[in-house]
Amino acid sequence: MKKNSITEPRTSHTFDAYTNSEIRRAAETGIYDIRGGGSKRNLPNFDDLLFLGASISRYPLEGYRESCNTKVILGDRFSSNPLNLEIPITIAGMSFGALSAQAKEALGRGASLVGTSTTTGDGGMTKEERGHSKQLVYQLLPSRYGMNPDDLRKADAIEIVVGQGAKPGGGGMLLGQKINDRVAEMRTLPKGIDQRSPCRHPDWTGPDDMEIKILELREITGWKVPIFVKVAGSRPYYDVALAAKSGADVVVVDGMQGGTAATQEVFIENVGMPTLACVRPAVRALQELGLHRKVQLIISGGIRNGADVAKALALGADAVSIGSAALIALGDNDPRYQKDYEKLGTTAGSFDDWHEGLDPAGITTQDKKLAKRLDPKLGGRRLANYLNVMTMEAQTIARACGKNDLRNLEPEDLCALTVESAAMAGVPLAGTNWIPGT
Amino acid sequence: MNILDFNKLSLRDINKTLQASDKNSFFSIKNPKGSHALAVGINKQITVKVVGSVGYYCAGMNKFSDIKVEGSAGPGLGENMMSGNIHVTGDVSQYAGASGHGGSILVEGNASSRCGISMKGVDIIVKGNVGHMSAFMAQKGNLVIFGNAGHALGDSIYEANIYVAGEVASLGADCIEKKMTKKHLSKLENILSNANVSDYNLDTFRRFGSARSLYNFNVDNAKIY
Repeated sequence: MKKNSITEPRTSHTFDAYTNSEIRRAAETGIYDIRGGGSKRNLPNFDDLLFLGASISRYPLEGYRESCNTKVILGDRFSSNPLNLEIPITIAGMSFGALSAQAKEALGRGASLVGTSTTTGDGGMTKEERGHSKQLVYQLLPSRYGMNPDDLRKADAIEIVVGQGAKPGGGGMLLGQKINDRVAEMRTLPKGIDQRSPCRHPDWTGPDDMEIKILELREITGWKVPIFVKVAGSRPYYDVALAAKSGADVVVVDGMQGGTAATQEVFIENVGMPTLACVRPAVRALQELGLHRKVQLIISGGIRNGADVAKALALGADAVSIGSAALIALGDNDPRYQKDYEKLGTTAGSFDDWHEGLDPAGITTQDKKLAKRLDPKLGGRRLANYLNVMTMEAQTIARACGKNDLRNLEPEDLCALTVESAAMAGVPLAGTNWIPGT
Repeated sequence: MNILDFNKLSLRDINKTLQASDKNSFFSIKNPKGSHALAVGINKQITVKVVGSVGYYCAGMNKFSDIKVEGSAGPGLGENMMSGNIHVTGDVSQYAGASGHGGSILVEGNASSRCGISMKGVDIIVKGNVGHMSAFMAQKGNLVIFGNAGHALGDSIYEANIYVAGEVASLGADCIEKKMTKKHLSKLENILSNANVSDYNLDTFRRFGSARSLYNFNVDNAKIY
């Protein structure tokens, strides 16, 4: 008998392998998936933009010879002691608790080596990061874990955290596995319990209240240090305008590729806007208020290299901030720990169960043995190298566009590869004069 | 006694003077006109009397000092205070003592909603009533209410204690009535006597705190979340 031809098994785009595994996991455990990091979707991003470079209509600057300024001042609108950064790349807020003390120290060492700032996180300021960060931004978060006026006065800037790109409108969660004695004491909570960070501040709501909150912080710190306001990238035009109107010196906008220590996967992947889509509305809000470059704009969420830095600045940002990339520079998800990642049921490059405290790289953990794997001095050096490379990459691009200052890059230096990115970034589709939506 | 008059001085002048003053100084602030952020960030043992009502965040992040408001106070009274004593003769608005780590607040009138939200060790005594969601996510410390408490008292409370002499409209998630032991009666007596409160009957108070059932995630609690 003649055999029938066999058709290839057909997998579903709707019910792909990951989706199916997630349905099975949910059915088995009854718990939604919690993980660290930011969105892993294939979102429109800075890779969808290209620099045009100089030619006859514009002339370039000589690479390695002609200078290209990278310095930036953050927070000179109202504060008497603004941050003077050597490079426009800062280290985003990440908490002690989520990260080991060694990791916080390494971030401080690396940032200080290249003249930029680090940022505390939920849980307060540790002596390691204050001691090793020449310029430290102290976050005021809804939980107020570890918040105290002494540390507030030790800070070089204060960042009021309204939202985070990974979870706009959401609070935080530090699971009990990471609540050791020190973390518990700093947060005034029992050891081993799940610590929830609220999504709203306990003592204010809305921009009118925030204006008074900013006044209070300035009165406590004598109007010396800048006040940053960090918002998630969801409604950047309105949020940036309201933050600036409330009296912020600096506004930080964090897109949905921005990482978190732990949040529901469904939140990370389905709430918020891509970083690329946040920059132009944020800049427009400041321009319309006559505050562009007076209130500095920091963009964060998925910044990986000097090209991303240059593109964010070309779209109008004053600086960028990195979190996940800084952790990778320290050794997060390093293939040399592949066997350990496999024991956790994952692979190097995919590990995101930061909340469970078993990080083989010793970064997102409070386990003493694991944390010892990270040498803070070496980690600091690696971070400094990475920051220097990003800066030089951005300078290379800026010089090719004929700019002697990174912040002289402009939207006219860019074109877009896709209709979507052209619309989001407000730059022409490559080879055309067409900016969708204008 | 040093007199600081808002009719002659700015908020910055007054706060700067208070923050830079010598230990054990005494100040009287006149004509506060509901000003916000008054007497914030004081870091030493001084005594401040405010004659009149104040706005937001009076005595915010206080350490060591004794601050008395002869009037009422706006939202966020004594927010994140670390130590010292705050005494308000009138009523207070929302979020009194929010995230306070230590010290004590005495309110002779009523306190609005979310009194003691996220408190982390402060003792708050309200001679009148408190509004809804008071002691929300309260971590440590004591909230003593002579009058009635609004809805969702102690929602998601951790290790703080709530003592109520009046009626409770409703309890929030994971907040339960607990046995008033001798230890707790003695604690309550100490809190009241430390705040120089004398007109009370300990027997009228009931104690509330955490059932601790939401401390670690459990899918069977999903309807409560």
